Amino acid sequence: MRPGTPAVASAAVTEPAEPPLIHASSLTKRFDDFTAVDGIDFEVRRGEAFGFLGANGAGKSSTMRMIGCVSERTDGELQVLGLDPRGHGTDIRGRIGVVPQEDNLDTELTVWDNLLIYGRYFDLPRDVIRRRAEELLEFAQLTERKHDRVDPLSGGMKRRLTIARALMNRPELILLDEPTTGLDPQARHLLWERLYQLKREGATLVLTTHYLDEAEQLCDRLVIMDRARIVAAGSPRALIDAHATREVVELRFATSDARDDAALALEQDAAGARVEALAERVLVYTDDTDHTMGRVDALITPPASVLVRRSTLEDVYLMITGRTLDE
Amino acid sequence: MTATRSGVLRVVEREAQIFKSLWRGPVILSFITPVMFLAGMGVGLGGMVDDGTGGSGAGASDLGGLDYLSFVTPGLLVASAMQVAAGESLWPVMAGKKWMRTYHAMVATPLDARHVFGGLIVWSGVRAAMSGAAFLLVAAILGGVPSPWAPLALLASVGCAMAVSSLVATFAVGQESDQSFAVLMRIGIIPLFLFSGTFFPVEQLPDAVEPFAAVSPLWHAAELARGATTGHIEALEVLLHSLALVGFFVVGWWWGTRRFTRELQT
Ligand SMILES: Nc1ncnc2c1ncn2[C@@H]1O[C@H](COP(=O)(O)OP(=O)(O)OP(=O)(O)O)[C@@H](O)[C@H]1O
Ligand SMILES: [Mg+2]
Repeated sequence: MRPGTPAVASAAVTEPAEPPLIHASSLTKRFDDFTAVDGIDFEVRRGEAFGFLGANGAGKSSTMRMIGCVSERTDGELQVLGLDPRGHGTDIRGRIGVVPQEDNLDTELTVWDNLLIYGRYFDLPRDVIRRRAEELLEFAQLTERKHDRVDPLSGGMKRRLTIARALMNRPELILLDEPTTGLDPQARHLLWERLYQLKREGATLVLTTHYLDEAEQLCDRLVIMDRARIVAAGSPRALIDAHATREVVELRFATSDARDDAALALEQDAAGARVEALAERVLVYTDDTDHTMGRVDALITPPASVLVRRSTLEDVYLMITGRTLDE
Repeated sequence: MTATRSGVLRVVEREAQIFKSLWRGPVILSFITPVMFLAGMGVGLGGMVDDGTGGSGAGASDLGGLDYLSFVTPGLLVASAMQVAAGESLWPVMAGKKWMRTYHAMVATPLDARHVFGGLIVWSGVRAAMSGAAFLLVAAILGGVPSPWAPLALLASVGCAMAVSSLVATFAVGQESDQSFAVLMRIGIIPLFLFSGTFFPVEQLPDAVEPFAAVSPLWHAAELARGATTGHIEALEVLLHSLALVGFFVVGWWWGTRRFTRELQT
């Protein structure tokens, strides 16, 4: 149940220049005069897990809905599986799997009936549907709940059922809009495992998230969206290397005054490449931890706690947008 | 065209599946209620009305020579079809669009908004046919169905349900909550139910109001159904009333496909 070996996979893909599964350029979505997606460019290759990371309202779902051919683009180019959603929506939808941000199961029906009905939407023969439904229940670890109504299932179970349902048509491309939002950590890990398995089996995943750990764990490549635009793109490692320093010194203070004073002092002392004062912490981005620690020791009011850690995507996000994702 | 038809059928399959799981409530309501009306009004009230006019008096001639039970049976048939259709096209539409978002699940597959809308309308017709057939059987046993042409009344009933469904669902899908639904039932559906030639001939309405019966799909359906259950109707009347029902449906379909598409696929 490891995150897989993305480096090998992407190296293998580069040899024959296979056309991307999704190609978007200057993709734009406007609602009246509000621009939800503002001219974004990206490509998704076969076999990779591609992420959209961004805060609430960044435009992730609007983008996913255009890819899923339920929302027409206002402007720009979009190709999904080599087809233009304008005019080929039905064909494309028949070949992709969609896990929407909000579950939309038939909650008064059983788990089993949900899968049967959904299979029929794709006009699959009933015996094929039944065979796949058994397999998918196994995959989603819901076999024991087969004949139970959906309504009383836990959030994690409903989410797994929604994912199982999206696989009914053996999709070439799977769109997951915030697959684990609102789940407890255990349910999230169970879901991640299912997604790793899909990846290992060669599926192409496109997912949105506002969890940095999720993006880091699952995505081979990702884009950061902020206010309708893409502000950075690359693999998690490449993004960290390009936008953040090697290490971060994280300081906590007893009072907010002490925090403010320290942030100012560290800034003036050039304690690191960049100093960020957040609600509860001061972050010092640095490539020279010894130098930074020396400055921290020289503070008039010493911090209540000090943590030295490697940079993560969270830091990339903060560096680029000037905000944290959880605010 | 065939793609649309098969898409609509797949949506109808879903409705049937839900119905199979939850049939008791809807069946009891859509069948027992009109039968109760039939017993209370057709047999009970009818017995009084028919006696009071001496069988061949003024009242009976106003009913076109029919006893009250025979008059009210086709009226109740189509009126309950309308109510079933309206019910199926209000709260379930809000559930599909907002509460459960199941319509959004459908349009993420090869189905699109037209199939969702069409499936809903056809399903209303199926429901009307099912409860109508059971109702006609009971009415026939009670003696309210004099003509062997009576099964054709089910066509009127289905036509009424589909026309009403197309219009009501179009209204419903544009709403953001079910607040207005009870109001629509009270000021829209119930007046139609009472004043569309179902319980008494529209000639009894004030002269100024009578022409408005023409904008009630229920009146056209009631006239057709009565023609079938009694065997008395002119070919031209059949044609005009049928065209009127088709007209309501066409308006509903034209307007509704736009609204469903706007709500589900923007
Ligand atoms: N149908 C619509 N009509 C008008 N505005 C819309 C519509 N759908 C989305 N928006 C607006 O577009 C913006 C982007 O919304 P979107 O749902 O794409 O964001 P998101 O990144 O998915 O956010 P979240 O993390 O909250 O799901 C928001 O400001 C939203 O209010
Ligand atoms: Mg979203």
